Amino acid sequence: MLHIKCPHCGMRSQNEFSYGGDATVKRPELGEEISDHDWDNFVYNRKSLRGKHWELWQHLSGCRQWIKVQRDTATHEIFKTLKANEDIS
Amino acid sequence: MTQSFRLETGGLINRDKKISFKFNGKNYFGYEGDTLASALIANGVHLIGRSFKYHRPRGFFGAGVDEPYAIVQLYRNGETEPNIKATEQELFEGLEAKSVNCWPSVNFDVGAINNFLKIFLPAGFYYKTFMWPKSFWYKIYEPFIRKAAGLGTASIKHDKERYEHKYEYCDLLITGSGPSGLASAYSAAKNGAKVILAEDKSRFGGTLLTSDVNIGNQSGKEWADSIVSELKEMSNVTIKNRSQVFGYYDHNMLVMSERISDHLPETKKYHPKQRLWYIRAKEVLISSGSIERPIVFGNNDTPGVMLSSAAKEYMKVYGVLVGKKPIVFTNNDSGYETAIEFKKNGVDPIILDTRKEPQSEIIEEAKNMNIDVKNSYVVVAAQGYKKVKSADIAKISDDKEELGSVENIKCDCICVSGFWTPTIHLASQSGNKTKFNEDIDAFVPGTSKQNEKTLGAANGIYTLEETLKDSFERGNQLSKEITNNDNKVSFPNVVEKKSTVHDKFWCVPLPKGKNYKRFLDFQNDVAVSDIEIALKEGYRSIEHVKRYTTLGMATDQGKTSNLNGLQLVSKIENKVVPAVGHTTFRPPYSPVSIGAIVGREVGKHSKPTRKSPMHSWHEKNNAVFVDAGVWLRPRYYKRGDENLFEASKREAKNVRTNVGVCDVTTLGKIDIKGPDAAELLNRVYTNAWLKLPVGKARYGVMLREDGIVMDDGTTTRISENHYHMTTTTAQAANVLSHLEYYLQLVWPELNVNVVSTTEQWAGAAIAGPKSREVLKKLFPNSDVTNEGLPFMGYMEGDLFGVKAKIFRISFSGELAYEVNVESDYGYFMWEKIIEVGEEFGIQPYGTEALSTLRIEMGHVAGSELDGRTIPYDNSLEGLLSKKKDFIGKRSLSRKAFAAEDRQKIVGVVPLDKKTSIPEGSHLVKDSNAPLPNPKLGYISASCWSVEHDNPFSLAILKDGKNMIGEKLFVMSPLKNKVIPVEIVSSHYVDPKGERVRS
Repeated sequence: MLHIKCPHCGMRSQNEFSYGGDATVKRPELGEEISDHDWDNFVYNRKSLRGKHWELWQHLSGCRQWIKVQRDTATHEIFKTLKANEDIS
Repeated sequence: MTQSFRLETGGLINRDKKISFKFNGKNYFGYEGDTLASALIANGVHLIGRSFKYHRPRGFFGAGVDEPYAIVQLYRNGETEPNIKATEQELFEGLEAKSVNCWPSVNFDVGAINNFLKIFLPAGFYYKTFMWPKSFWYKIYEPFIRKAAGLGTASIKHDKERYEHKYEYCDLLITGSGPSGLASAYSAAKNGAKVILAEDKSRFGGTLLTSDVNIGNQSGKEWADSIVSELKEMSNVTIKNRSQVFGYYDHNMLVMSERISDHLPETKKYHPKQRLWYIRAKEVLISSGSIERPIVFGNNDTPGVMLSSAAKEYMKVYGVLVGKKPIVFTNNDSGYETAIEFKKNGVDPIILDTRKEPQSEIIEEAKNMNIDVKNSYVVVAAQGYKKVKSADIAKISDDKEELGSVENIKCDCICVSGFWTPTIHLASQSGNKTKFNEDIDAFVPGTSKQNEKTLGAANGIYTLEETLKDSFERGNQLSKEITNNDNKVSFPNVVEKKSTVHDKFWCVPLPKGKNYKRFLDFQNDVAVSDIEIALKEGYRSIEHVKRYTTLGMATDQGKTSNLNGLQLVSKIENKVVPAVGHTTFRPPYSPVSIGAIVGREVGKHSKPTRKSPMHSWHEKNNAVFVDAGVWLRPRYYKRGDENLFEASKREAKNVRTNVGVCDVTTLGKIDIKGPDAAELLNRVYTNAWLKLPVGKARYGVMLREDGIVMDDGTTTRISENHYHMTTTTAQAANVLSHLEYYLQLVWPELNVNVVSTTEQWAGAAIAGPKSREVLKKLFPNSDVTNEGLPFMGYMEGDLFGVKAKIFRISFSGELAYEVNVESDYGYFMWEKIIEVGEEFGIQPYGTEALSTLRIEMGHVAGSELDGRTIPYDNSLEGLLSKKKDFIGKRSLSRKAFAAEDRQKIVGVVPLDKKTSIPEGSHLVKDSNAPLPNPKLGYISASCWSVEHDNPFSLAILKDGKNMIGEKLFVMSPLKNKVIPVEIVSSHYVDPKGERVRS
């Protein structure tokens, strides 16, 4: 079970969180003209990366904040966690 | 029976307390502190079971967790448990155990015919044999294999024992209380670190209990006892026996199973049977020791052949002799310790040492005690079927290839020592990159992935002095970094006998003309010949060899077999062992009961049960409940002998003609506040929200980004910047997360807060043509006329002194209201509604009537909004705003979603107006078409229309909009039904929606 540092609450066990997918995907602006291809990429297509990866988690059974977690998908090592409003650098 | 193999004195058992037990129906006695194994051996019982594949007789091989085959079926306090190791099960009064893998009895086992057929049961036998004919698999092969396989029978009764889970954090977790565990725990504890020390066995001390050493002028056991009692007094130390750390998971989380009551005749009141600990440790010190390795020789699975360390443990801990005419077969000095122990107890052992001229302090001592030592000698084969009777022994050449002439000597046990294998299971599970240590021909932990260190024998360090030094230091150093204390522990004076190097000999060659089975894996009956076949057949990877031959599998996980298997593969392949590599060690290290893993989350406790504040009223009024997610909801209120169908029909009919009341507390409610609340709603709902006036409700549909309907519900503008959103019962949690996602990540600029208020409000839906009359009585001071409170209107009211929210919304399609009060007043509100409604014929209605009402109205619910449909499919396309963008809108222009013949909701009526249509049935054009019959759609919901008094269903049908009036067939292969039907509008009642506005 992972041990995730919620930027708001501190170290908590994985079972308090729910996984929310790729954190680097940016939703197109509302009303933005967008091709089928680009829209499909936004909705469906995800890379299954091996290694360091930014992903979203929600601290569902805690503060309910969505957070950004940099995790190695192969080793599960967590390098960094950010608040929802902090930019991935 | 007398305990003829029990020593007069000695051991750590309590001879004052006799314990009676039963094995295979026969009564025996043992002592408090015995294991089932030690007590059986004391009684001269060595035949304990039959092997897995060949049904060969099986005895005891080890004295603890290392035991591969002394597995029994245990009976305790009216329960039975399979897969119990006799060497681990502590004896208790009234214990009963039976052999497994044998029929009709362990002495005469029909399956043993496999032993004579073994030439036909080589590696991969099952894969090769049971492949053809294919039709034989289900009826003949599988039942046969299932009957023949398995290690005991699981109970099918409900387990009445309690199992608990515990979560714990610590600075240091130390796994094993041998010398390294005690020393490191002691120095860490002295630095004030929070320490958990776990010992698998009932006694602390590990090898200190059996080795002849001296620490600080105390025996090993005395020193261990003094450390343990000191640790027990320290508040920063948790020290647990009968507790095995069996799994090492990510981020330094380890799981430990504590067997609290397994050693007792029955579990004490308020005690659990077992407790599972989830431990998050800053640092882990693995002090799991090592397991003696067998030497492979002919018939080495015969009962009476066992590890030399086990023989010593039986003597020193249990005061039991494993035999009175022992042979000790060794390639190292450890065997001498066992021989010396035999000699001390008046038994004359013979030592066969594979080494030519070994010299050391221990060997000297053995010789001085007149123990017969034969150098360059090996056991070629054990003789005897159910127990060793003699041994074929021979001299072996210096290159270990040639055997001299074979002689037979009488013996009743053969104690084998092939040196030591560090127990690296936990380290390997943690992700540690193990490395091969040539000096001990075994793998030891290498580079750590997580915060773990391995100490002592588990790390390949076999001298006590070095182990203690290293462990004291490690414990001190790791704890110092955590606590900043540095309380040095003075290092005790250690006296131990010096030993010399072992012989890298592990497998005795076969004598000419003999074809003895030489077993590597005792639990899975894998012999040298099986590995040879697998390699001949082209299996190369050790992982493949493992799966093909079953080497190192099952509950044993290769504890005694792993390295010898690797040695063999590397020899045949002419590779070095590290190049072959080892297979993955998987948790659990040894079996854990399912009960412990499940814990308290059994039956009703597997999820919380949510009840509305009106629940007790429903109970008192004969409600029959149904699970709606985690909620319990009244399905119908039973009157007299009514069944579900009759009751729900009555309740629904009463809503259509008079007035009914339904508990809608379970609906999800989300409170939305902030200046941008309207903007948020406008973006997540498909319809327009910016102009909704205060005091008005609106129905809305929410999509996922892929265009699929996520949820629907009404949202009401309570005040300028305050909205009350409702969701379906099932989607309440998802919708909240969905809103939070967009507010926190996508549109952080929106100034809005959302919070769940589902539990804060109790809700009652009052529906039916007479509902306004009820409202008037409930709220005499409010204007609830059609003008004062029009359809989709909202007002606050005073319900006999309780503040209430009144929404004029309808799910039933009738004139209807939903009244919400704070949960604490829910019961009061409900009683008042029933009371004032009496004169109008009010009746409570349950979810079944609720469904009937919404189905015949064509209102969609969860069975239509099932994660596969878009708004069009549900005839909700009128709610799609053309003027604004919203979540999921772009997806709706995808080709398939815009197809001309896109599926759409329709109504379905059986032509005979009588036959009920099963939900989930398929709609087809021709009921006699060849299979697979093209499916046009499916029945999503069915009811008995109370308005038309005939069956009515909703269906999602291909090209639904052009299908009205068509005649099709409903097919339910599951119910074996074919029903001719007509397709009608999904709005079967009041298609213009006049009633809700009346």
